[in-house]
Amino acid sequence: MKTKDIIKNGLVKENPTWVLVLGMCPTLATTTSAINGLSMGLATTFVLMMSNMVVSLLKSVIPDKVRIPAFIVIIATFVTIVQMVMQAYLPALYDSLGLFIALIVVNCIVLGRAEAFASKNNVGQSFLDGLFMGLGFTWALTLLGIVRELLGTGCFFGHSLIGGADGMLMMILPPGGFLALGLLMALINHIRRKSVK
Amino acid sequence: MAKKAQSTLPNMLVALTVIALVAAAALAALNGVTKEPIAQAQQAKVEAAISAVLPAFDRLEDRDVDGSVCHIGYDAEGNLVGAAIEAGNDKGFGGHLQLMVGFDKEGNVCGYQILETHETPGLGAKASEWFQKDSKGDIIGRRPADAALTVKKDGGDVDAISGSTITSRAFLSIVNDAANVFSNITI
Repeated sequence: MKTKDIIKNGLVKENPTWVLVLGMCPTLATTTSAINGLSMGLATTFVLMMSNMVVSLLKSVIPDKVRIPAFIVIIATFVTIVQMVMQAYLPALYDSLGLFIALIVVNCIVLGRAEAFASKNNVGQSFLDGLFMGLGFTWALTLLGIVRELLGTGCFFGHSLIGGADGMLMMILPPGGFLALGLLMALINHIRRKSVK
Repeated sequence: MAKKAQSTLPNMLVALTVIALVAAAALAALNGVTKEPIAQAQQAKVEAAISAVLPAFDRLEDRDVDGSVCHIGYDAEGNLVGAAIEAGNDKGFGGHLQLMVGFDKEGNVCGYQILETHETPGLGAKASEWFQKDSKGDIIGRRPADAALTVKKDGGDVDAISGSTITSRAFLSIVNDAANVFSNITI
């Protein structure tokens, strides 16, 4: 598989959020602001890169029948690393993401890529796949966060754009998450289909 | 490509055991590195909350009163200036609500900070500003020991957060509890 295809797959063609629609729990729960979406995306990217790399390295020594538990242990280890480092050095961010960092373990994208890509490809390609799948997830979460924060609070990355306005509260509550996700998904897939033709 | 390990029992046992051991060792090592900064970050958070709710103090004494953590502040001469009390309950709309409430030496509320909250963003979460000085539900300078603070709906005189009466009730009952703890501090 060519590097160019791996990049394109992660960012657009098989984008985890808009096309594969995986990992919806953190997607909806953490995108109440742009900075939360971005941080969640980057944390997931780190886990994806590292777990893809290790799974690819170990693919020939892990027997098939125990591959899922083995992958989960590897993924959980990297998630715990992210959690401890964030708690130690970025406590404010840890407070706002909190529970959802631990939930990266059960994010389908991470296990999905380990199973579908890393266990069949070499280390370099697996690392790139993790990086660009992660970045695809990150830009989707950041965009969702920007839209929800802007409509919900009138702010852009915490800076107020519309003075004095309170915004539509609903957009930062769960219903707003579903609405924004659905409408953005429709829009992005519309653009994607047009550009393919 | 290297030959794939077969799914025999010994192979499976060895593979999983080794992976789990390496993972445990890596995390144990990292825990040694991050333990200190994590404790420091939590300490800094508590200290920031104390200085936000207490009048200027020179020295702090931490004490356990009625099961609540109290941070008692003294000035340079050793006179009491006030106390910051950590208190909370599970009556919030989203579950547990934990506050740091500061009192001056007469028992007037002189500040509060929210330590832990699960209230709804944009509604109950407004409690972090709502009850501060010059806000709609201003409780700063009130003395809960004279008359417990309650929302208008319950016959009191504090404006509840619009649409968040439950959060407001939980909040005020925590402040009242903290005032009780304050009156039980013996110097």
